[in-house]
Amino acid sequence: MLWTYTKTTSFYLLVAVIVLVSVFPFYYAILTSFKSGTALFEITYLPTHFSLDNYISVLTTGSFVRNFGNSILVATSVVVLALFLAVTAAFALARVSFRGRGLLLMTILAVSMFPQIAVLAGLFELVRAFGLFNTPFALIFSYTIFTLPFTVWVLTTFMRDLPVEIEEAAIVDGASPWVIITKVFMPLMWPALVTTGLLAFIAAWNEFLFALTFTSSSETRTVPVAIALLSGASQYEIPWGRIMAASVIVTVPLVVLVLIFQRKIVQGLTAGGVKG
Amino acid sequence: MSAGLKLNQVKKAYGAVQVLHGIDLDIKSGEFVVFVGPSGCGKSTLLRLIAGLEDITEGTLEIGGTVVNTLPPSKRGIAMVFQSYALYPHMTVYENMAFGLKLAKASPDEQDKRVREAADMLQITPYLDRLPKQLSGGQRQRVAIGRAIVRDPKVFLFDEPLSNLDAALRVATRLEIAKLHERMADTTMVYVTHDQVEAMTLADRIVVLNYGVVEQVGTPMELYHTPANLFVARFIGSPAMNIVSATITSSGAPATVQPKTGNPVTINAEVDATYVDAEATFGVRPEDLVPTNGPGLFTGTVSIVEKLGEVTLAYLDTGLPDPITVKIDGDVEIIKGATMTVTAPADRLHLFDETGAAFPRMQFSHAAE
Ligand SMILES: Nc1ncnc2c1ncn2[C@@H]1O[C@H](COP(=O)(O)OP(=O)(O)O)[C@@H](O)[C@H]1O
Ligand SMILES: [Mg+2]
Repeated sequence: MLWTYTKTTSFYLLVAVIVLVSVFPFYYAILTSFKSGTALFEITYLPTHFSLDNYISVLTTGSFVRNFGNSILVATSVVVLALFLAVTAAFALARVSFRGRGLLLMTILAVSMFPQIAVLAGLFELVRAFGLFNTPFALIFSYTIFTLPFTVWVLTTFMRDLPVEIEEAAIVDGASPWVIITKVFMPLMWPALVTTGLLAFIAAWNEFLFALTFTSSSETRTVPVAIALLSGASQYEIPWGRIMAASVIVTVPLVVLVLIFQRKIVQGLTAGGVKG
Repeated sequence: MSAGLKLNQVKKAYGAVQVLHGIDLDIKSGEFVVFVGPSGCGKSTLLRLIAGLEDITEGTLEIGGTVVNTLPPSKRGIAMVFQSYALYPHMTVYENMAFGLKLAKASPDEQDKRVREAADMLQITPYLDRLPKQLSGGQRQRVAIGRAIVRDPKVFLFDEPLSNLDAALRVATRLEIAKLHERMADTTMVYVTHDQVEAMTLADRIVVLNYGVVEQVGTPMELYHTPANLFVARFIGSPAMNIVSATITSSGAPATVQPKTGNPVTINAEVDATYVDAEATFGVRPEDLVPTNGPGLFTGTVSIVEKLGEVTLAYLDTGLPDPITVKIDGDVEIIKGATMTVTAPADRLHLFDETGAAFPRMQFSHAAE
């Protein structure tokens, strides 16, 4: 009896610690974003001040809104482009047998092992050569490259598990590979598409190094860089309030996306098509 | 509208592995042909070659008089029912059935008419708006058949369509398929199964396959009464034919053979004089053996008795390597451990040479199917 109590108690204690550790930084950011003036430098753990000054200042001064738009443009394009390329590639890798398929899959995985910093210089040359420097395309291009291996792998694994007979039924019904992908496979792959799409979006949304390197003007920057470069009245003042407000604003789209798509991840959609 | 099938030396190899070794077949328009054979013998492969889901390595395939080797499945005028049903899980029954028509750009009215006709025929109209997962196994199988009917195929292909159903449903669906064949009299049907009961009950003609080779083609009764070789003799009929090795002692018609033990046996088969003293095997079906008081074919102790109700199976230990199976009327009392003598008329025996090929049966006549 006592043992069960202890077990339950320590379990919830552990949960509490984990929740505290993961939520506290975000909670503190929200708290700080509503403070202004000297209140910023008082350490409080409960909401004591409420002022929207920081938010108004972030949204009205500088190019934050523009940067936010850039981020949305870049992340959305990356998701669309990466999913399109990955779904078509996964179809070939999972369903068409050709020589060197295994090797190709391994190569794709190997590519994703390089750290960003290792390819930064080379990628920079490419971006310049293509004339993409300081445009959103530079970021779309480089993020897509970095997202694709993972996306292709996940979708290939998923597609390989779809029943072959369903594909063959579609072939007998006269479906072309494109129709099979879009009308038969994609509806069955919703969970995988949403998951990989969401991860690609988050990665593109938060990326900093490429964004810093491949853009040079405040109009083309994405939010992570913009936030890092927010400056105060003097170079000795770090505008904590505005940084926190901007960070909170930037997190909102991610939370919204997760909430929307969580419902769309319909499990067991393949049930019923084949025996069982 | 309808079309026969003609296979000419059709071969299939996966890399270095030869799966089908030159299949010749002529299937008439409107015929119900069943491919039967043990698992792994190449039945599905042959069906998939006809469907166009696999490429033919060598040989030609004609449907309705045209060579279709390179035609995609959708252009061959075929429809296929898969073992696992292979319904599109995210589409309703209606959408499943209309999918092919939609891709063929049939007008919505045409689509609707054909889907509803097929649904009516199969009594699945109440389920048209359901998803496959909301249906039972039997209903899913009907939908799969309905999806094939909607395509209005010249050739209907089935790959073990009943193997995922339970026993009762299997019998019901088998009858359903037989009715379907009657209703679609011009449609050629090719049906794959490993179950000889399905083959016997459904087929106009049966093709027995073994290791990628056609062992025999014939009506169910031809295969039952005049199996061309040992393989077919063993495969068709349940329980399997009793096979006993022997030496041919006299040729002519009838011929005589001497088993390892027991009396000489006279068999109504035509045997050439060159075969005298050759090793051979003879076979007799369990249902052709009858108990006797006088001298018989086999005498032994009853080791196992299986009562199936209408018949009883008795297994006799006769000193031969395999027990002799006897199938007799269920009302006859058989006691385990008793000694039993059974016999069969000479015209009920089958004789095979050393290679397993059957000797022609003497003046054996059965109604030509
Ligand atoms: N894609 C394939 N690659 C290699 N071998 C195959 C392939 N498909 C089938 N086979 C082989 O061909 C033989 C016949 O298979 P199949 O036609 O499926 O037999 P069944 O008569 O049970 O339907 C089997 O030995 C199988 O291993
Ligand atoms: Mg098979």
